[in-house]
Amino acid sequence: MIKHLRSAADLDAATATLILDTAAEMAALSGREVKKLPALRGRTVVNLFYEDSTRTRISFEAAAKRLSADVINFSAKGSSVSKGESLKDTALTLQAMGADAVVIRHWASGAPHRLANWVDGSVVNAGDGTHEHPTQALLDAYTMRSRLGRLDGLRVAIVGDVLHSRVARSNVLLLTTLGAQVTVVGPPTLIPLDVAAALSEKTQVSFDLDAVLPDSDVVMMLRVQTERMQDSYFPSAREYSRRYGLDVSRLAKMPEHAIVMHPGPMNRGMEIAPEVADSPRSTIVEQVANGVSVRMAVLYLLLGGK
Amino acid sequence: MAYLIKGVSILGAAPTDLFIKDGVIAAPFEGAEVVDAGGLVALPGLVDVHTHLREPGREDAETVETGSRAAALGGYTAVCAMANTSPVADTAGVVEQVWRLGREAGLVDVQPIGAVTVGLAGKQMAELGAMASSAANVRIFSDDGFCVADPKLMRRALEYVKAFDGVIAQHAEEPRLTEGAQMHEGEVSTRLGLTGWPAVAEEAIIARDVLLAEHVGSRLHVCHVSTAGSVEVLRQAKARGVRVTAEVTPHHLLLTDELAAGYDPVFKVNPPLRTRKDVEALRQALLDGVIDVVATDHAPHAVQDKECEWAHARPGMLGLETALPIVLSIYGPQWELIADRMSRAPARIAGLAGHGGDLTVGSPANLTLVDPSARRVVDPSELASRSRNTPYAGMTLPGRIVATFLRGEATVLDGKAVK
Amino acid sequence: MAQPRADAPSKIILAESDLHRVVDRIAHQILEKTSGATGTVLLGIPTRGVPLAHRLAARIHAFEGVEVPVGSLDITLYRDDLRLKATRALGRTELPPGGIDGLRVILVDDVLFSGRSVRAALDALNDVGRPSSVQLAVLVDRGHRQLPIRADYVGKNIPTALSESVKVTLTETDGADEVKLLGGLS
Repeated sequence: MIKHLRSAADLDAATATLILDTAAEMAALSGREVKKLPALRGRTVVNLFYEDSTRTRISFEAAAKRLSADVINFSAKGSSVSKGESLKDTALTLQAMGADAVVIRHWASGAPHRLANWVDGSVVNAGDGTHEHPTQALLDAYTMRSRLGRLDGLRVAIVGDVLHSRVARSNVLLLTTLGAQVTVVGPPTLIPLDVAAALSEKTQVSFDLDAVLPDSDVVMMLRVQTERMQDSYFPSAREYSRRYGLDVSRLAKMPEHAIVMHPGPMNRGMEIAPEVADSPRSTIVEQVANGVSVRMAVLYLLLGGK
Repeated sequence: MAYLIKGVSILGAAPTDLFIKDGVIAAPFEGAEVVDAGGLVALPGLVDVHTHLREPGREDAETVETGSRAAALGGYTAVCAMANTSPVADTAGVVEQVWRLGREAGLVDVQPIGAVTVGLAGKQMAELGAMASSAANVRIFSDDGFCVADPKLMRRALEYVKAFDGVIAQHAEEPRLTEGAQMHEGEVSTRLGLTGWPAVAEEAIIARDVLLAEHVGSRLHVCHVSTAGSVEVLRQAKARGVRVTAEVTPHHLLLTDELAAGYDPVFKVNPPLRTRKDVEALRQALLDGVIDVVATDHAPHAVQDKECEWAHARPGMLGLETALPIVLSIYGPQWELIADRMSRAPARIAGLAGHGGDLTVGSPANLTLVDPSARRVVDPSELASRSRNTPYAGMTLPGRIVATFLRGEATVLDGKAVK
Repeated sequence: MAQPRADAPSKIILAESDLHRVVDRIAHQILEKTSGATGTVLLGIPTRGVPLAHRLAARIHAFEGVEVPVGSLDITLYRDDLRLKATRALGRTELPPGGIDGLRVILVDDVLFSGRSVRAALDALNDVGRPSSVQLAVLVDRGHRQLPIRADYVGKNIPTALSESVKVTLTETDGADEVKLLGGLS
């Protein structure tokens, strides 16, 4: 088993599949009355969060607690401007406390890679800057597999601000590893350069959402921050929404079986219409529930053995 | 002190004896201290037009003295100290202080560079004339670390320094195109999720500045050229006769952006490491003379400024002690080329009489002796610099600097600094 | 524990027909000891306990027409040696639709050795319900108990040395029905 989960690129197809299979068993166990499992008794998991993300933190916290690990929440809010204790000093503190795993959310891309140099325990990336969010990709893949029955050959469109999205990067890497066909869709300003060469040669790029929708089994909408407007990535929220937002008429262009995903938090009315977000084809609530099972699987597989 | 450098090969020529007395290369005489130089190559003392010595302000990272020692150990006899100190070297007072500290250290000639604008802020021209006529005799002006982005201010600066044969050394980086930039914009930055620093941000400024220099008939020097596109802009400008010179760093001649993959900020530098294609173009440009000099952009940083997140880390890497070995590793024993790009041309650009001369009788005895057959593993803990941010740790490089002489006095003997 | 090498000498303890007879006998014993297997659930411990539980249920049904519910109980997350080995993949836990509360649970496993797996199974059971009683059925008891645990139904007692190991293969999981003794001095 791998030691750290810093990037979806850490996972080969066999390991990724093992995580999804284990998550399925965890999900089955979570239906019962006693939800706690003893597998990580005596182990310490630290949630080291440099960014506010209540949903991700409680998801990891629930996962670790259901496996009987001791959980320490360490909220190290320091912006890029006001620099508090250095990451290295914090790492040495956690090391001294005997952390078996550190779940880190950080505004700086690559912070989990740096942390892994300074602690003996496992490092789990819970979102780093504009880089990656591998457990989100795992829960997305899990959701797709449980809704559509497979990942191999699945046609997935990832739509929106791919340039700044850690969710998109991890999903492209993981989904192509598992045999899906990924198309990233958005205005050219928000599609990173050389995306196929950088992530996976199999990745396709489109600037035309309407052309992609009829051939998609999954449409994953990314959050678009309106601040991007100020930086001239697109002219206005209205124009963005018209060209790249998923509304009811676009939903109708998708195949009957196709599903709509969103990592949250959503900008209703911007990238996704409320009717679409709440439609039965949307998996948004499921994604949250699956998050706990997938994170249990990751923690168990990283920490459960020798 | 008088020396007889015995059996030395001057720029790869047949072994000969070199006499040094009263600070100059002398005719043969008796009673000199003998330095056995069998197998060693003599080069004119190296000259660096781009060094950060950090004093005043960041003496925890480097001082004029420690940087001078690193320079001497790297074969240098003169370094040009960049202006981005704290306080900024934008007045005669600060440049004279740096110049005096260099004299006191006495290991290399420290030639201060003056800031182009007050506080490197890019708004108001600094008192360039006062710095030129100070004891430091400043001839190169640069806001290095920042680009003189305002085209009108750049034009005026280029014109103004003509009065005292100055030159503006431009850090070519269009600031709007590099907001938040962390590394070269391309495949690797996309994979790593780090904000990209596009090549065009450098190329656009160089293109603008060669046109400005041509328009006003001034000299322009371009710092740390890093892209293949910049090389083409310079090639065309030189062909047209624009008075432009350019430098390339050892790290841009050797390393690529792939090294950022582990997020170790020791590889973070500005301009950033580029692609293999850029490296190849830069190597060719130095051979062709499109790029005139190798300059180190030696940029010491304290441990805490590198042992952190990539985005938090300061850009820059050490260079003085490894520059010649890296050039040797790329070009081999092309001693004429090395002497020109690392000594004569930089001395000419910086206006440093007495440096970069031929090793003939009567010339100032500024020279360095290199053992080209030795190989050395770079060990950061052995470096003379006060900082440790070398990107070459663990690499085996050819060439060992055995001795360096500044105006006839040994600053390095037996590979060790004399003081 | 040192495992015997793959080319170590091996001896067949139960051939296919013996194994079938042994399963039949356990089925009969269950019927006898539980007065017709009413109020009883068979829970197999993955991997080979699960097909064994299904076989026992099938034989009980064949003998007396009684339908005994069958499920599986994965003990991986309850093992006391998790950290001594590389991470293990999970097996499946699937309780019969009627659950186990108030019923007699018979745990089914292939080999009883140290007793640690059964200890883990009792813990796991505790988290999924409250049976009225718990019994244990094993195909082979090879001795060397490290915990105060005994089986209620034993297919075959096989005295072994610690240097030996018992290998059970079943058609459902391994393609053949057989019990072998590996290693030792023979």
